[in-house]
Parts: sequence; structure tokens; C-alpha cells
Amino acid sequence: MAAAGAALAPGIENRLLSPPNAGRIRCSSSAVPARGALVVRGAALSEESRKNRSSALKAVAVKGEAPNLTTAKSGHEILLFDALREGLEEEMARDPTVCVIGEDVGHYGGSYKVTKGLAEKFGDLRVLDTPICENSFTGMGIGAAMTGLRTVVEGMNMGFLLLAYNQISNNAGMLHYTSGGQFKIPIVIRGPGGVGKQLGAEHSQRLESYFQSVPGLQMVACSTPYNAKGLMKAAIRSDNPVILYEHVLLYNLKERIPDEEYVLCLEEAELVRPGKDVTILTYSRMRHFVLQAAKTLVERGYDPEIIDIRSLKPFDLFTIGNSIKKTHKVLIVEECMRTGGIGASLRAAIVDNFWDFLDGRPECLSSQDVPTPYAATLEDATVVQPAQIVVKVEQMCQGLV
Amino acid sequence: MGLLPLLLRGAPKRFLRASGSYRSLYESNSRRRRHGTDAAAADQAVNSRADHRPDDQMLDFPGAKAAFTSRMEFISPNAAEAVPCFRILDDLGRALDGSDIPEVDSSLAVKMYHTMVRLQTFDSIFYEAQRQGRISFYLTNIGEEALNVASAAALTKDDVVFPQYREHGVLMWRGFTLDEFANQCFSNEAGHGKGRQMPIHYGSEKLNYFTISSPIATQLPHAVGAAYGLKMDRKNACAVTYFGDGGSSEGDFHAACNFAAVLEAPVLFVCRNNGYAISTPACEQYKGKHSIQLLAFVLTTSQYFFLFLNFDAPGDGIVVRGRGYGMTSIRVDGNDALAVFKAVSAARKLAVEQSKPVLIEAMTYRVGHHSTSDDSTKYRSGEEIAHWRSVRDPVLRFRRWLESNAWWSVEDEKELRGAARKEVISAMNQAEKKNKPPLSELFTDVYDTLPRNLLEQEATLRDTVSKNPPSLAPH
Repeated sequence: MAAAGAALAPGIENRLLSPPNAGRIRCSSSAVPARGALVVRGAALSEESRKNRSSALKAVAVKGEAPNLTTAKSGHEILLFDALREGLEEEMARDPTVCVIGEDVGHYGGSYKVTKGLAEKFGDLRVLDTPICENSFTGMGIGAAMTGLRTVVEGMNMGFLLLAYNQISNNAGMLHYTSGGQFKIPIVIRGPGGVGKQLGAEHSQRLESYFQSVPGLQMVACSTPYNAKGLMKAAIRSDNPVILYEHVLLYNLKERIPDEEYVLCLEEAELVRPGKDVTILTYSRMRHFVLQAAKTLVERGYDPEIIDIRSLKPFDLFTIGNSIKKTHKVLIVEECMRTGGIGASLRAAIVDNFWDFLDGRPECLSSQDVPTPYAATLEDATVVQPAQIVVKVEQMCQGLV
Repeated sequence: MGLLPLLLRGAPKRFLRASGSYRSLYESNSRRRRHGTDAAAADQAVNSRADHRPDDQMLDFPGAKAAFTSRMEFISPNAAEAVPCFRILDDLGRALDGSDIPEVDSSLAVKMYHTMVRLQTFDSIFYEAQRQGRISFYLTNIGEEALNVASAAALTKDDVVFPQYREHGVLMWRGFTLDEFANQCFSNEAGHGKGRQMPIHYGSEKLNYFTISSPIATQLPHAVGAAYGLKMDRKNACAVTYFGDGGSSEGDFHAACNFAAVLEAPVLFVCRNNGYAISTPACEQYKGKHSIQLLAFVLTTSQYFFLFLNFDAPGDGIVVRGRGYGMTSIRVDGNDALAVFKAVSAARKLAVEQSKPVLIEAMTYRVGHHSTSDDSTKYRSGEEIAHWRSVRDPVLRFRRWLESNAWWSVEDEKELRGAARKEVISAMNQAEKKNKPPLSELFTDVYDTLPRNLLEQEATLRDTVSKNPPSLAPH
């Protein structure tokens, strides 16, 4: 049962580090279960995992802010792109300084319909269509952000934002620091990325691996309608430059999300499925592959703990650490390439911080170090597939790696 | 000629078709569009117009609405004449005949002059300080003092400035003190930048002067973004951005100009065309064949001969690009403080009242080296530099105008130069003595609050420092 929970509640084992949202912006609980299409229907749920689920639920209830989990009828069903749009619309209505800049975001409604209807509602100036020059409209967004607006810059595809690397790195990431804190850049840079369905190499980039090194940036990746809306809202409210990674194949994912307003914590990871055998860390599209693999693993009697890390920079080491302390084994499943990706950095962070809890080396399944080929069979072989995840987890649990 | 007489005389269609000319095909197609397939009705409709002339027809493509022509004419790369350069004072500071002196009273003029002299003094002393190893880097404004100060004087304090890096005079005019300048150059703990940037990378939120970022022309789109915000808020202010002839080659220049024009954003693009981008002369920056000029340069020892010997002029600068973007533009003598003041004032008025961008190309000369990392005698003659430093000094030129109005005297000059020198040296000495920023400022301002990884890094660093001799790092 996939229960999207909060960070583990107080009282669970000894906490080494303080939770990510200590002293940060107040965020409402992220403890709302994923419903609808994302439920992992295991034929036989182990007694253990049932107990874990109920304790996780109790932990959630302790926080006191979670809505009633038993009434599945509350909330509304929504597709992921629409959830992003809802979050954006709510923030634009709430704060008149929020504006959107990008190609075809205005009356066309955005290439992935994330800004549909917004130009009609908020006007041509607040939802601004730009000529084609990513570096420059990102720069424009930075200039506007420095002078009081909260800009949301849309890259039609994340890969195009490579053209904006100069502005993102040298200006968005740096100017708050180099100006001595005088100028802040509350910009959100978002767009679809990741490996799609035969979109070709240039449109299948994983920019999170290129940008992760830039100091001053925050990075989050959404994977469900629920966290997409919550992270969009949180990113807009943040005073830091935030890059919000969406995945080109997840826009039509459907889920039931709450009617009442909620904002997620940018720095927090999401406990998708509690378990005890192995910690699987993942994000974005790979979360769904991991859940698919988990079905098989549960049938075979394994009990994986699945965490959607969501926050790519900085990592939520509190959630991750507590999980590793429990399971002693960690597998990272990512879409980045083997070299220099999020997995590479996360492995280093885990080794640095949780060496004493590990029974073996942190494992990582990543994409091949190749430009993504077009042919469907080749493309499938480039990214991690659920079968590989199953094999790897079995090997790890049997002590074969 | 050709078919025109035939058409006017209402020639039967077979003549037109038989000729196989493109025009007849166009004619018959457009008739079909307007009148359906009834060719006879179409012919009649067209031929009945007594004043019909094919040349009057307008092409109605989405990309442009232009008159049709049967003359194939390429547009020449250069206009017959270069765009004229607006000036008010001649090289000796005398108002030219027919000039319209802007409203600059004695107090404003003297204040402008004071700022120019302080800037010049600061530049020369701090340049020397770098040479003596007291600071690591410096970059001067020498030769562009009038452009800096006069353009700043034409703006209001609400106008937001996005500089490149050679606009210290703008900041000085706005009220940045000599101490503040010096603190930044010495990267001490009192500097507003908290010691994070190289010298001369000033920034002041209070004075609406955005912190300098080294990469060229990245500030141009920022200015457009700021102007976009001002336009939304309908403020009585504009964005102003400065860049050089070199910066105009960057992609960001193109896109920023294009965006500003399309968006109709109130932004002033001020190009300081000072003739060089480090060692690249303007004739290599935009069009122009360098070899002939170089030959002429090498053959002569007199700078006057060099100036006249201009076989192949560079392309007509930056101002001509304005029209390409649909932007109002002007070329002005950047070394004439009054002309700059007047042009920028008028441009600002246009930008704010009509919410439109304006491109101002200010012609000037970079007297100093690009920076302390450059020795410009490697690519230009000492005589050329000396000529522009002395005879064409914009500060001296403005002073002459002040003196002609009896607003300035030799005694005033002596007093100001002495006082400025003392103040600058004092500011320098004070700044040099101050502490460098503490370790606690190494990790702040990367984000709004310190994330865990940075707290850990700081803790590790402090641990290292405490175990090592004090020379490693301060508190």
C-alpha cells in the first residue's frame, strides 16, 4: 500500500539530525495518501507491512494536520499538468507579483497546458509570451525578480535551459551572494525534462545533473499531482531561486488531491512505502518504476522502503538517514546518467554521513552514459527498467552484492 | 515597363498568360482570390480601376506588410552617410552655433564637475594601489567620466541601473561614498558585498544600482525584466543599462533589444562605444576589414595621419541596429557632458511616458587599459592614448565650459584636486586597515537561510581552523 507520509514522526528511533523543516518556512503536512492510479496492489500484504502502514498512519495522525484518511471521497481528481496549473493559479491569485514568462505560455496555454487559461484570467503581461531566446528571457526573469516580482520561467523543455545556463549559474545562483544579500532572486525555473518517448537526444536531457553543482540554487522534482501542486506553491513562495523539474511523461498522471489549500516543504522527502529490508531512493518518473518493481518484490516476500527524495538540492538527509539506519541497505534508482548525476552525489552524501549504518556499499541504478537514442528498443535500454530494480533488490537482500 | 501598358489597356488574358511572366501569374492568382473562379468578373474588377497600378498592391504576409516592387534592389550594407553624432560643445568646450543648451544651472554643473574629478582621482589612485599590490585588481573609467556622470545626472533615483562594470561614475553621482567604494575594493567586512566580489563589482540596493556581474551583457535582459515590472506597476521610472561596443556583440544584446521593443518596455540601452573591447578594436567587433587600417597605422607615427587614413571605416556602429529592432535610437558625443545630459533626459522622458525602449550610442574613447590585467600599448600607440587623454579629455572640456560661464576658476580647480586626492587616499587607508569579512559570512546568503549541508561544512571548517595556526583564517 503506497502511503505518502511525512518525515518519520517523533519517537521513531534515535534521531541523528533535525528534521528538514526545522526553522524553515511553515509547511502543512505532506501526509495525504496517494489514491487512485498510484496504489500498489500487492496480492499478499505481509503482516509486517500492514503494521508499518498503520503505524505510519498513526504517526501521520499525531501531527494533527492530516485530513481524514478514511474518507476517500473528499478532494478532487486531477491530472498532473492540471495540478501544476492549479498551484500556479492559486499563487497568482494570492500574490499579484507572481508572473509567468516563457514561450507559448500565453494564449496558447503552454506546450503542456500548464498555463492554460491563465492569460485570460490574469492578462497578457502577467503571463508573458516571449520571443525565442532562453538565455534572455531567463535573464529577464532574474531582473524582474530582483526588482520585486516573483517570476516563474517556463522552459518548453528543460534541455533548452542549457542555453540559459549562464544566467542561471552566474546570476540566479550567485547574485544574492555576491551582492552581500542586498538583492534576492525569488525565481522559479520549471519545465519538462527527462527521457520521454522517442523525443530524440536533445529533448531527453536530465538537467538536474548539470545544475546540481551550482551554489545558490534549490532543486526539487515532482512526481505525482499531489506533490506537483504542493511543490509549485512552495517554490513560488520561496525567496531562493528554485528549479522545479517536471517529467515529460508524467503530465497525464491522475490522482485525487485535497480541496483545501496545502503547501509542501521544498526540502522534504516523501516516504512512499515504509519497509524494513532495503531503502530505495528515487525521484520523478523512476518513482513509478520503483513502485512497479515493488509489486513484484512484495509478492516475493521482500519489504522495500521506498522514499521519493523530491528535494534534489539539498538532500533530505534526515529522512534518508533514518531509513538507512533501519534497513542498512540503500539502492538509488535514478534517470540521470551514471556519471555525475544525482545518484553520484547522493551516494557520496550517504557514504559521508551514514557509513556506520551500511551493511554494504550504496547501490545505484542509473541511465547509460549515452545520448538518448531514438529507436524505442534502444531508448528503453538506456534507462532503468523495473525488472532491473527487482533483480538488484533481490541481490542486495540475498547478500550477493 | 513590360506588361504594365498591356494591363492598363485591358489586354486579353491570353497575352498575359502567354508571356509567362511571374507578374501575370500573381495577378491572375490574386484575382481568383478576390473574385473566385469567374475570370471575366475578375478581369473586369481589376481593369475597371482607373488608377490601378500593380505597384500599389501590398504584400500581406504575417511577417511584414510591404509594398510590392518589380525592381530587384538589394539594400546596401551601409547608408550613404554614417548616422550623425549629436553634440553641443566643441572639443574646446565652446557651445556650437545653433546649439540648444539644456537647463543646467551652475550648481548642477559644478556638482557634475566635482563628481567627474573625484572619479578621475579615485581611478588614478586606486589603479596605482593595484600596481603597488595593495588591491588585486582595478578597472578605470578614464575618458568616460562625462558619459558616466552626465547620464546619471539625467536620471532620477527611482530609475534602476544595470551596469556592466565601467560605470562607477553613475554610482558616485547617486551618492555612493568614497568609503563605500574603497571598502568594496579592499573586500573588507564593511563592504556591502561582504567581500564576495572582485574589486569594482559594486552594488547598492539603496541606490538602485544592481550588483555588477562580470559576464558581458547579462545585465541587458535583467534591465528588460526590471522594465517589465515597472511597466506593470506603471511607475514613473525606467530601467537603464550600460554596455560597451564589445557587449553589443553578445546574444543577450540582441534578445534584450528585441524583447524590449516587442514588449514595449521602458528601458534605456546606453552603449558606451569606446572603441575597444580589451584589444579588439571596433572595426573588428562589427563588420569592417582591419588589415588596411593596421597597415596605415603601422606606416605612420603621427596619430593625425592615422585618424585621416581610414580606407575602410568600421560598420556604422550600434545605433543603426536600433531601427532593426524597431527601437528609437540616437548617436551622441559621449565626451560632451551637455549632449549626453540632454539626450539621456529626452530618452528617459520618451521611455517613461510612452513605455518604449531607447538605444543611445555614446561615442567615446577608453583612455585607460581595459583593466589592471591589460597593457593596451600592445595593441595601440602611446601617441593615440596620449592624444585622447590630453586633448580630448571630457573632464577638461566640461571644465572649459564651466570657466566660460565664470562658474569655475583655477583656484577652485587646485582646491578641488587637492581635496579629492586627500579624501581618496584617506578612504583607501581606512579601508585597507579594516578587517576582512569573518568566516561566518562565508556560507551566508547562498540561500535565504543556511541549509544543513552548509552548516556542516562550516562546522568542519571551523574545526580545521581551530586546530591550525591562526594565520589560516580569521574568526
